[in-house]
Amino acid sequence: MSVGMETQTQPYRLGEYHSFSAAGTEFLYLVPSGSIFAVEGIAKLVIELLGSGEMSREALVAKLVELGCSREEVENTLQELTEVDALQCDLQEKEPLAVPVQEFPLQRIVLNTTNQCNLACTYCYEYSEDKIAQSAGKEKFMSKEIAEASVEMLIRESAHRPNLHVTFFGGETLLNFSVMRSTVEYAKRRGAEQGKKVEFSLTTNGTLLTEEIVDFLSEHRIGVTVSMDGDKELNDRQRVFHDGKGSYDVLVPKVKQLLKRHRTNSIGARVTLTAGVSDVRRIYRHLTEEVGFQAVGFAPATASPQRLYHIGGQKMDSILDQFSELAAEYRDYALQNRQHGFTNASDTLKELHTGISKAYACGAGLGMLGVGTEGNIGLCHRFVDSPIGKMGSIKEGGINKTVRREFLNTHHIGARYDCHTCWARPVCAGGCYHEAYINQGNTSAANLHHCDWIRGWNDVCLKVYGEIAIQNPEFLNRFAEN
Amino acid sequence: MRKDNIEMASLRAINRKAKQVEEIAKAERGDLLALQNGPSANAPGKVYHPMGCTLNFTPGWEVDISGGTAGLCQPVERDLFDCYLGCGWPGHVPDHLTNAPNWTDKCASAVNDWRNVDIVFP
Ligand code: SF4
Ligand code: SF4
Repeated sequence: MSVGMETQTQPYRLGEYHSFSAAGTEFLYLVPSGSIFAVEGIAKLVIELLGSGEMSREALVAKLVELGCSREEVENTLQELTEVDALQCDLQEKEPLAVPVQEFPLQRIVLNTTNQCNLACTYCYEYSEDKIAQSAGKEKFMSKEIAEASVEMLIRESAHRPNLHVTFFGGETLLNFSVMRSTVEYAKRRGAEQGKKVEFSLTTNGTLLTEEIVDFLSEHRIGVTVSMDGDKELNDRQRVFHDGKGSYDVLVPKVKQLLKRHRTNSIGARVTLTAGVSDVRRIYRHLTEEVGFQAVGFAPATASPQRLYHIGGQKMDSILDQFSELAAEYRDYALQNRQHGFTNASDTLKELHTGISKAYACGAGLGMLGVGTEGNIGLCHRFVDSPIGKMGSIKEGGINKTVRREFLNTHHIGARYDCHTCWARPVCAGGCYHEAYINQGNTSAANLHHCDWIRGWNDVCLKVYGEIAIQNPEFLNRFAEN
Repeated sequence: MRKDNIEMASLRAINRKAKQVEEIAKAERGDLLALQNGPSANAPGKVYHPMGCTLNFTPGWEVDISGGTAGLCQPVERDLFDCYLGCGWPGHVPDHLTNAPNWTDKCASAVNDWRNVDIVFP
């Protein structure tokens, strides 16, 4: 390809990227593709030169030749950089962000099998002052019929997808164990008849686990997430029974039994961070070393700023520092080919390795829907039985496709304008709709209150990724799609 | 002129997406050439796309979303047959007028039996 006059005088400027260095190497994380390149030689010079502003191609080439690079190599490098969109010139047309038009087969439903709970955690989004679900007057427990009709909807709406997933959720899910049990058996049978594999997971506070339940979970390979906030002191600050008594002492022996007897699927702890419970390292140590979890994930409680347990900016900074320390530990383990249980790190690293570039922040409304006790379909488990994000009803013909399409049109990354110049958008894509609703008043708003944190965390993970990629690249094969 | 056969020189693909981006860039790099003679025809790294019917202009050589061909308007099975009867463009199929009149004898229905068409050696 020869370069025409027009191209010579076109200004060249840097494309969208985030640069970082790790293990003595410079990297570019390119946006929006999500690709990661190590930069060497002339490419590094080009980026330095253009760092202070755009230059014409002519001037850029002349400068690089003056610095001692061969013209041919300069041309090669400029072509490479342009091809991967690290360099841009006005001749290139920007592709518009378009909302895809295809149908969206379902892959997962979350069944809120009950809206009751034997705990009364202050921060719970189902009961707190920020709650959006209107469960008053609704059935307290999901019936077998609604659960089975939901499974039918999943199978019917899954199109060609071979692997389906049912998540059991609450309230406290185990308060309605009988429906969970019958639904697992039903879904397995119906899945087999339709040539689909159905897998299951359960989110529970763990206090109602019995030997019988644990054996059932193990037999059906049900993945389990236990909500737990750390040692007795930290856990019992928010996670209390209705009489105010802490849940730790009841919970721990049951969880230990679960970890011992259930070995057919992963069991993780899910920690909710709040103003009073934010000592990430202490919690991680306790849950892995004392309780025995292999995997621990953390998330700040969704809360509007006026709540006492809301985590303010400073606390979030401290959490980021602690996350980076744990991520560094993850890296050290990875360099020795050992698995580390900090799932926030492994999840993000996996997304970075794939080079994910999200059109939507999460699967809510897309491949996943939530179903409430009476069969109301919500965007996800957090929107079940709320007028916001309602997507139809099991009793009234299933998914309301018009509402769902409208939702997807207005929540696409293309419609979250605040995110269009953000380098973290391939991974973040604007963040959780529920979080946005509570903090920004609108599901389609970008979660601007978390941006610095998100970018900070992505930067931490990119550096860890770079170090592993240089020093022990084989480890990254563990992130291969399964 | 860019040497089209060299690897990326100062950028090194690290994650999976970067490798895909690089693959695409490499594939797009070569000029599109018709089957042609002349000095550039043997240049290394050039991609030779026959400029004719199927390959570029009908979906016959592609697959549908499930990896099959049946859902396409011009599935490869039919494409093969259509070329033979109606087109006979030399690169793809034997021509039934002069060289391979019995080529499709064992193939009663192209959609079902296309695997049975004979192999023809030029
Ligand atoms: S919400 Fe913030 S961090 Fe996330 S993509 Fe948008 S601007 Fe970036
Ligand atoms: S909207 Fe929020 S809570 Fe619901 S699935 Fe998405 S990220 Fe999760």
